[in-house]
Amino acid sequence: MLDLTWLLVAVPLGSAFVLLLAGKRANPWGHWLGVTASGLSFVVAFIAFIQMLGLDSAERAHEVHLFSWISTGELNVDAGLLVDPLSMTFVLLVTFVGTLIHIYSVAYMEHDVDRRRFFAYLNLFIAAMLLLVLADSYLLMFFGWEGVGLASYLLIGFWYHRNEYATAANKAFFVNRIGDFSFIIAMGLMFAAFGGVDFKTVFDGSPAASTAQLTAIGLTLLLAACGKSAQFPLQSWLGDAMAGPTPVSALIHAATMVTAGVYLVVRSAPIYAGAPNALLVVALVGAVTLIFGAIVGMAKDDLKKALAASTMSQIGYMMLAAGLGPVGYAFAIFHLVTHGFFKAGMFLGAGSVMHGMNDQVDMRRFGALRTAMVVTWATFGFGWLAILGVPPFSGFFSKDKIIEAAFIGEGWQPWVLGLTALIGAGLTAFYMSRLFFMTFHGKARWTDEQHPHESPKLMTVPMIILAIGSAFLGLILATGDRFVNWLAPVTGHAEHGEPVLPAAVLMTATLVLVALGAGYAWLKYGRADVPLTAPAATLATIAARNDLFQDSVNRAVLERPGTHLTRTLVYADAAIVDGAVNGTGAGAAKTGEALKVVQGGKVRAYALIMLAGVLFAAFFAVLGGK
Amino acid sequence: MNPVAFIYLAVVLFSIGSAAVLLRRNAIVAFMGVELMLNAANLAFVGFSRIQGTVDGQVLAFFVMIVAAAEVVVGLAIVVAIFRARESISIDDPSELKG
Repeated sequence: MLDLTWLLVAVPLGSAFVLLLAGKRANPWGHWLGVTASGLSFVVAFIAFIQMLGLDSAERAHEVHLFSWISTGELNVDAGLLVDPLSMTFVLLVTFVGTLIHIYSVAYMEHDVDRRRFFAYLNLFIAAMLLLVLADSYLLMFFGWEGVGLASYLLIGFWYHRNEYATAANKAFFVNRIGDFSFIIAMGLMFAAFGGVDFKTVFDGSPAASTAQLTAIGLTLLLAACGKSAQFPLQSWLGDAMAGPTPVSALIHAATMVTAGVYLVVRSAPIYAGAPNALLVVALVGAVTLIFGAIVGMAKDDLKKALAASTMSQIGYMMLAAGLGPVGYAFAIFHLVTHGFFKAGMFLGAGSVMHGMNDQVDMRRFGALRTAMVVTWATFGFGWLAILGVPPFSGFFSKDKIIEAAFIGEGWQPWVLGLTALIGAGLTAFYMSRLFFMTFHGKARWTDEQHPHESPKLMTVPMIILAIGSAFLGLILATGDRFVNWLAPVTGHAEHGEPVLPAAVLMTATLVLVALGAGYAWLKYGRADVPLTAPAATLATIAARNDLFQDSVNRAVLERPGTHLTRTLVYADAAIVDGAVNGTGAGAAKTGEALKVVQGGKVRAYALIMLAGVLFAAFFAVLGGK
Repeated sequence: MNPVAFIYLAVVLFSIGSAAVLLRRNAIVAFMGVELMLNAANLAFVGFSRIQGTVDGQVLAFFVMIVAAAEVVVGLAIVVAIFRARESISIDDPSELKG
C-alpha cells in the first residue's frame, strides 16, 4: 500500500476535476462525491499507516518514484513521494480532519447554490496539501504549495460577488506571493549550493555547505513559511481570510494549510542544523507572532477573527518550537496535530453558532447560547479547555512541552523565548475564555430575528469527533513519548537538556497564569454584562482592535513607496523609452512631410532638380580634380 | 583648328537643349531638347577623342546614338499614349506622381 500512496493525491484531484467539469448535472450528488474522495484518501492513508507501524522505525521512510519530471543537463528532478513518519502524520491529519469537514460542509453549505463548486475546491485543496507534504523534492513541494495557495484563494473568495470578500482573497494571494517568491529564491540557492532541489541531494550536501549558504537558504525558507503560515511580518492576510465559508477557515486557515510553514521548517531540519542563526530567527519570528496574535485576539469582537488571531498565535508557538532545533521539532509537530483537532473543532463550532444565528459573527450579539446549542457548547468547550492547556486535555501535553523546551538553553535565549511562551499561555487563556464566555455564557444579547437552534447531525457529529480528539489525543500520543519516538527517524534524537527553571515550577507557573487569564475573563465577560457596542478604550486596545495597525504599516511602508516607484517607472517608460521610440518615428514623419513639396508632380521641376544635381556634382568633380 | 572649339560648341548645344526641356511645355519640343543634349554629349565625346588622340570617345558616341534611337521610339510612343488619353501633349498636365 505504501507504493500506492499516489492515490492519496490522485483521488481527490480526480474528484475535483469531475466536479468542476461535470457542471450542473453533478449538483445532486457532487457533494457526496467530494466526501467520498476525501474519505477514500483517508482509508488509503490509514492502511499505509498501519503498514508503516509494522516496519522497523529505521525503515519507515519509503520513497515512491512516480516519473521523471524535469530532465535537463544540470537540473534533474523526478516526481516522487516520500512517505515517512512526518509526512504520514500530516497525511493522516489532513485526510481525517479534511473528511470530517467535508461531511460538515454538506449540511453547512446546503442552501448555497454553488455547493458543488465548493466541494470541488475542497477536494483540490486536499490533493494539493497531500502533494505538499508527500513531495520528495522542494520543487514538487512547491507545486503543492502553490496548489494550496490557489485553493485558499478560491475558497476565501468563494462568495466573490461580495466585493470585500474578493478583496480579501486578493490580499491573501498577494501576501502569499512574497513568501512564494522567497521559496523560489531558496530553491535557486539550493541549486547553486548543492546542484539539485530534491530532499536527498540537499540534505546529503548540507553538512558540507558553508554556514553562510545554509543561513541564506534557511532565512529564505523562513520567509516562505511566514507567508503561508501567517507569521510576522507576513501575517496580515489571515484575519481577512475569514471571509471564506467557515469550514474553509477550519480546514485551511486553522488546521492544515497555515501549518505548512511549520512543516517546511521541520522538513528542512538538516539545513537549519548548519545555520544556528537562521534557526534563532525562526524562534524569534514565532515568539513575536505568538504575542502579536494573542494581543490582537484579546480585542477582537468578531468571533472568526478572534479565532484567526488565535491560530496565528498558536502557529507562533509551533514556529517557536521549531526554532529551538531538534529539541523542539517533535513538539512543534505535536502541537500542530493537537491544534489541528481543537482549532478545527472550534471553527466548526463557530460555524454552527453562525448557522444558528443568521450568520452573525459579532460576539457582542451572542451570549447564553449554552442552553440553545448544547452540543456546540460542549464540543467548543473541549476545544477551549484544550487550547488553554488544562490537564488532561490535548493542548496541555503539547503546549506545556513547548514552554518547557523554550526554557532550555544558555544565555538570554531561554529567558526571552521561555517567558514569551509562558506569558503567551496566560494571554491565550484570557482571549479564548473571553471568546467562550461572550459566546456561550452571560445574558442573551440576540437581535429580535435571531432564534438560535442546534445544528443538524451532519454538523454536530464531526464536531463531536473533533472534540473527542481535542480531549484525548494529547494524552494518547504523549503517553510514553509515543509521538516523539514516532517522529524520531525524521527529527533525530535530541538530547533533552535541562530547562533553566525546574519543569515543575514551569508547569505550575503556566497553570497559574492560565487560571488567572481565564478567571479575569470570567469576571469581565462571564459574570459582568457585556455592552452591545465596544466601549471606548485605551490606545493599546484600539491598536489591538486594528490588528496593531498592520495594514496601515504595510500601506505606509510598502504600498505607498511601491506605488510611487511604479508610477515613476511608468512615467519614465512613457517619457523616456517610449519618447525616444515615438520621437524617432515622429521625426521621420515630419521630415517626410517637409520634403513632400519637392515631389510636386511637375516633370519640368524634376528636370530642373536633376540639372541642379548634375551641376552640383560636376562642380565638385572639377574642384576635386584640381 | 583648335579641338577645344568642339567642346565650346557642345556646351552651347547642351545649354540650348536643357533650356528647351526646362522652358517648353510641348512634349515634342522638350523631346527635341533632349535630343539636342544627347548630341551635345556626342560632340563632346568626339571632341575629347580628338584631343586625346584615341578612338574610345568615338566608339562611345555610337553607343549613345543607338541608345538615343531606342529612347526616341519609347519616348514618342509614350507621348502618343498620353495624347490619346488626355488630348494634350503638355508635359505639365500629367501630375499623378505628386507627393
